[in-house]
Amino acid sequence: MSEKIKVPTMAEYLAQGKTPEVLFWVGCAGSFDDRAKKISKAFAKLLNKAGIDFAVLGTEESCTGDPAKRAGNEFLFQMQAMANIQVLDGYAIKKIVTTCPHCFNTFKNEYPELGGNYEVMHHTQFLRALINEGRLKVEGGKYKGKRITFHDPCYLGRANNEYEAPRELLQKLEVELIEMKRSKSRGLCCGAGGAQMFKEPEKGTKEINIERTEEAIETNPEIIATGCPFCNTMMTDGIKAKEKEDSIAVMDITELIANAADL
Amino acid sequence: MQYLPNIIFLIVLVLGIGYFTRNIRKIIRNIRLGQKVDASDNKKERWKNVFRIALGQSKMTVRPISGLMHIIVYLGFVIINIEVLEIMIDGLLGTHRIFSFFGVAYDYLIASFEMLAILVLVAVIVFWLRRNVQRLKRFFNPEMKGWPRNDANIILYFEVAIMTLFLTMNAFDLQLQTLGTEHYVSAGLFPVSRYLLPLIDNYSEATLIIIERTAWWMHIIGILIFLNYLYFSKHLHILLAFPNVYYGKLTPNGKFKNLEAVTREVKLMMDPTADPYAAPTEGMETPAKFGASDVMDLTTIQLLNAYTCTECGRCTNECPANQTGKKLSPRKIMMDTRDRLEEVAANIDKNGTFEPDGKQLLDDYITREELWACTTCNACVEACPVSIDPLAIIMEMRQYLVMEQSAAPTELNVTMTNIENNAAPWPFNQMDRANWINE
Repeated sequence: MSEKIKVPTMAEYLAQGKTPEVLFWVGCAGSFDDRAKKISKAFAKLLNKAGIDFAVLGTEESCTGDPAKRAGNEFLFQMQAMANIQVLDGYAIKKIVTTCPHCFNTFKNEYPELGGNYEVMHHTQFLRALINEGRLKVEGGKYKGKRITFHDPCYLGRANNEYEAPRELLQKLEVELIEMKRSKSRGLCCGAGGAQMFKEPEKGTKEINIERTEEAIETNPEIIATGCPFCNTMMTDGIKAKEKEDSIAVMDITELIANAADL
Repeated sequence: MQYLPNIIFLIVLVLGIGYFTRNIRKIIRNIRLGQKVDASDNKKERWKNVFRIALGQSKMTVRPISGLMHIIVYLGFVIINIEVLEIMIDGLLGTHRIFSFFGVAYDYLIASFEMLAILVLVAVIVFWLRRNVQRLKRFFNPEMKGWPRNDANIILYFEVAIMTLFLTMNAFDLQLQTLGTEHYVSAGLFPVSRYLLPLIDNYSEATLIIIERTAWWMHIIGILIFLNYLYFSKHLHILLAFPNVYYGKLTPNGKFKNLEAVTREVKLMMDPTADPYAAPTEGMETPAKFGASDVMDLTTIQLLNAYTCTECGRCTNECPANQTGKKLSPRKIMMDTRDRLEEVAANIDKNGTFEPDGKQLLDDYITREELWACTTCNACVEACPVSIDPLAIIMEMRQYLVMEQSAAPTELNVTMTNIENNAAPWPFNQMDRANWINE
């Protein structure tokens, strides 16, 4: 478990005159949020295990501008985007994988018009590809038969029509996947999108993450799986509010796969 | 005087269609108050959407019960209208059932109209029960008080009246055919209205003719009134759903429009060789404003969206903010946009051009509280059966608030300052960004 992860930076690669196969875009949450850092580490471990030639931008990485754009600040978004594109193109990056659906969506859909053209993958898509290509092996192991429900991140699901990659990974883990009442294209938002993560919600009768957590709890799961650091925070908060943290864990699919492989 | 009915029919028809045309032109003028957008791309995909989503009702069936009922009413509406063509010709020429020369085909056509008519009646009654007895929650949101609720019921009453008149007209016609009355050619199969015959068995021929004619006239006049009612109603979707779906968003839901005007400015800012004092290039003027605070700032497609909305509330029903008691309702965003557009249109009708009335879409119709409650989750966009995009309007209004008024909620201003200064929404140092690797 304590084996040190190898996460080289693009600058190091450049110094050696090499380019990696893929850039791992960690994202702000993955870099700074204590819970999300664990997801970044789990993903890095899997990349190490599969022997993937990858790098991160490290201190050269910056916010993609997604929260600014959704908040309505197009100036700040485009400033961020253009600066990021300069860095990415400076390293001649062709392929990006990220553990954050918001970064994923922004790169994939909003950067091309600003001159940033990359092959962009969400980590669940990337891991699925590795498994299908035989570069990574996944066994059920400790999650075999466990009751797990999957919360669709809006920016992976509805925003980009990717509902299957995370579910296929869960199937590989041989878990008992139980769908919530609202799932896939009708999945309920966790409440964090559109820059809501960074502000207090408007007055209402209930918090969105509580509504969603209650729905997840109805499936009587051992684990709520998701694929977004912000969904993870919202669902974790929901589980704490419902005092279920002893019986239900909120985990990223990457963590499940890494744990199953005893990484 | 022999041609009096024909002349009256012609006058009624011209009035009915004329007034309708006038209002449709008004709608087109109003929609054109919006910002032009180029949607001449991807014709093939757009037509495919029209066939799949509008004609094929593919998104209606996400909810099986209302979806099935809707398909019945929709098919009934489309198919039974073939009958209207015959009625018009008969009315103008003074003929009766002029298509009857099709023989057996005509028999089955009339039979299918009757079957559909009874199915439509059943579906409409179910719709009425859902609204007024079962009282589904989505029909009772605050924005559904008053006119919107009455409007919905009036539409159902219209449909009941038109279908009932159609069947009545057929029943009396059939009885007259059986009696061999002159002018009433024996044509058509009447699998539904024939069950009404025992009720009118002992009516005299003269009474039968009077009632048949009355039903026939009321049926066609009812249709013309209904046609003209559309403009004042949420029911315009029966026409506008088709162009609206054609112009619907083709890119992934997650792709939000990049503002080109901003791109130019940002490029200029980031270009070290740019001359800040250079005269603006031709055709590159800065837009009057960023984002939208009134309907004229929205695009023509967004205004078409507003006229198309039939207030079904599927969007609001899926909206996470609305479901947790926040004020935001995507349906209300569309209704407000249309109401404000109608207000602007009335202003133009009165003054020739738009005279500022001290009102706008923002604040006077849509509050900031509603706009900031959105999680941009796209549930409303996904739910809309006719490809309306309430989220695009919310985003444009947020852009106005932030870029024109610097009126973002305080916490978001902090977030944005952090992004600017620390390259992350939180106040962490960018230099610590790779620390997680070794922690």
